[in-house]
Amino acid sequence: MDKVAIRAKNFSHFFGVTQTLKKINIEIFKNEILGIIGPAGSGKSTFLRGLNRLNDLDSSSRVEGRIEIDGQDIYGPDINVAELRRKLGMVFASPVPLPRSIYENVIFGSRMAGIRNKKKLQELVANCLKQTSLWEEVKDRLNSSAMKLSGGQQQRLCIARVLALVPDFILLDEPCSGLDPISTTKIEDSLRELKKRYTIILVTNNIKQAARVADRTVFFLDGEIIEIGATDKIFTAPLDQRTNDYISGRFG
Amino acid sequence: MYFNPRKEQKFVQILLWTFTLITVSILFFILIFILKNGLRAVNIPFLTSNPKNMGRSGGIFSTIIGTIALTMMAILIATPLGVGSAIYLTEYTRENRITRIIRFGAECLAGIPSIIFGLFGFILFVTKLKFGWSILSGSLTLAFMILPTIIRTSEEAMKCVPSSYREVSYSLGTTKWQMVTKVVLPSALPGIVTGVILSVGRSIGETAAVIFTAGSALRIPTSIFSSSRTMAVHFYILAREGISLSNAYGTAAVLIIAILMINIITYRLMNRFMKKYR
Amino acid sequence: MNHLQRNEKLIQIALLVVAFSAVSILAIITVFIFEEGTPILFKYGFKNFLFGLNWYPTEQSFGLLPMILGSLMVTLGALIIGVPFGLGCAIFLTEFSSKQLRHIIKPIIELLAGIPSVVYGFFGVVILVPFIRKTLGGPGLSVLAASIILGIMILPTIISISIDSLQALPPSYREGSIALGATRWQTTKMVLLPAARSGIVASIILGMGRAIGETMAVIMIAGNAISIPHSVLDPVRTLTSNIALEMGYASGEHRQALFATGVILFIIIMILNTVAHISAARRKS
Repeated sequence: MDKVAIRAKNFSHFFGVTQTLKKINIEIFKNEILGIIGPAGSGKSTFLRGLNRLNDLDSSSRVEGRIEIDGQDIYGPDINVAELRRKLGMVFASPVPLPRSIYENVIFGSRMAGIRNKKKLQELVANCLKQTSLWEEVKDRLNSSAMKLSGGQQQRLCIARVLALVPDFILLDEPCSGLDPISTTKIEDSLRELKKRYTIILVTNNIKQAARVADRTVFFLDGEIIEIGATDKIFTAPLDQRTNDYISGRFG
Repeated sequence: MYFNPRKEQKFVQILLWTFTLITVSILFFILIFILKNGLRAVNIPFLTSNPKNMGRSGGIFSTIIGTIALTMMAILIATPLGVGSAIYLTEYTRENRITRIIRFGAECLAGIPSIIFGLFGFILFVTKLKFGWSILSGSLTLAFMILPTIIRTSEEAMKCVPSSYREVSYSLGTTKWQMVTKVVLPSALPGIVTGVILSVGRSIGETAAVIFTAGSALRIPTSIFSSSRTMAVHFYILAREGISLSNAYGTAAVLIIAILMINIITYRLMNRFMKKYR
Repeated sequence: MNHLQRNEKLIQIALLVVAFSAVSILAIITVFIFEEGTPILFKYGFKNFLFGLNWYPTEQSFGLLPMILGSLMVTLGALIIGVPFGLGCAIFLTEFSSKQLRHIIKPIIELLAGIPSVVYGFFGVVILVPFIRKTLGGPGLSVLAASIILGIMILPTIISISIDSLQALPPSYREGSIALGATRWQTTKMVLLPAARSGIVASIILGMGRAIGETMAVIMIAGNAISIPHSVLDPVRTLTSNIALEMGYASGEHRQALFATGVILFIIIMILNTVAHISAARRKS
């Protein structure tokens, strides 16, 4: 059993003539939480969005190299992109609930994928909201508008929405920026539980969050991977001087 | 001559205030004048019986039916075309030469006077395609007239939908078409409906294009190939031929009330829509 | 290309076809009007149509000059009345009145834009025409009556778009000018109006297009006499009225001549539209 979930081979990305990622090589393991840190503009988000091909929405986006999931290059010609995005669910920095009820939000992706059975959907909703510790708070008002939830609740709703897709991976792009510490803690606790069933890739501007949550951490700079390793090693004894400088706050 | 700026402003302020007062008063005066004289003639029999004696007596029921039939068919034709065009312009392309051509076409179409539409409808639908003076000819012509409005309002409504919704939709594994129909259109619906209702208001008052394409038959239309008279056409004929002044006033009153109600509904819909997104 | 991509591509093509409907319709209208109207223009000569003084279509006399002048005079008159009042209202509502007043009056004006032209015409016939006849003489059905009614009809257009243009100006324009000690009117006159000029001009051109294309109201109050008016109290016939009045019973060359009238009207309006388009494009940049 290959414990490598995602393999990037010489993966480069361009927006038009600007190169954002330079020959990325990385292996991401199953059921780990991988933290991605680096200064703004280092390519962390671009890499994350390269995994679910969300970069494709920009018509000037261009790639070279491969990213393999289950042995298949996700940029191959026969790839069903919609299916890919259901396999790698993404949570964004600002929670974006759709202007619908809580219930409708959670099942949105699943319904679009073709699941219609009402009972199945109801079970799915309960299941996913429980996994993000939101169930107790909203179980009596599933039909009320999702826009009325607090920021932290909305973000947990967005995570539940992703879980309803039954993905293999959860991609999070700075999910706790703008959230209060209590919500942040709740989400970080959820992630620790969720990694038992999913592979989690977390881009974060908050170095300490990576230190708290990630099993391994990778440091991006100027579109390249500088260093990758077990989190406590990266934070206590980084091999590269640049990693050390970033972690100790000499630049950021 | 040197004017003291404060005095000049005072003078201008009074002048402009007067202009505004005059403008609003004139518009109100017209409204009240028509309604005062017209509501006298409007009662249940007026609304539910057909014109008799070429309109000298009787009511306006068949013209109400004609108006509704014509307007509804025009909306049914124009809305899919208009919303479809708007979807293409906002979701499927960036600004390029093609979109500029499409927009220029829609704008020019909006500027063509109704009499030209009447001529066009007469030549193409009534004569060449042999539809005759009919609801079909009339509603096709009307549909072409309201198309630019529906395109413009639908586009604006769709542009108001936040792009983050689109991104989220894609990230949850939807296709583009699913994103458009299940995320963008539902959110843009109030704005689109506003444009449609505005077009209804315009169609109801339209005369020049209708009279040469739908004709002016007084009977209740039995099919889309029947000729039919709308309230606006009926009013015009009554007034111009001097057939019945009181019935003319009555028809005008019904017309104006219908249009006012439509505009008020539109305005409130638009306000609700704005509140949601601003 | 898998089936998902193929379906999406098909949808895109279908929508492109739909989007071209507006352009196609415009093209079709142009083609048909010109197809019906130009043969007779060439047969009897463009110049005869444009400059001829006599319109006896059943006797092969197709002079449109009185109607062309009629359209132009009535439109000019409408602008003389509509622009000062319209612009004045717009300036008053944006610069010299409270927000609440504007929120009440602007929707009312837009509401009243929905009144059908036949109703305006009727109002003209019943109130305005007798008034002119009594106080100023002449038949009442006149250039003056048409200009006044048309002026009123284009007010909402000019007011709405001018208000939008003025409101779109950044508040820093106003703030900067007031900070330099200018009064509100000086600010308006010297800073805001020039800045909003292209939007205001566009609104005027749109109003002009509406006035020149108006048919029903004009038929009811302009008198429809085929002669060049010598004063504003004389009756007049416009190009649009010409078409609408005779279309009901015209046939053969007469009918073609009416389409030719339509062609000339069409060309005039296309020119106006293109100018407005360019001016509005300048406004955006």
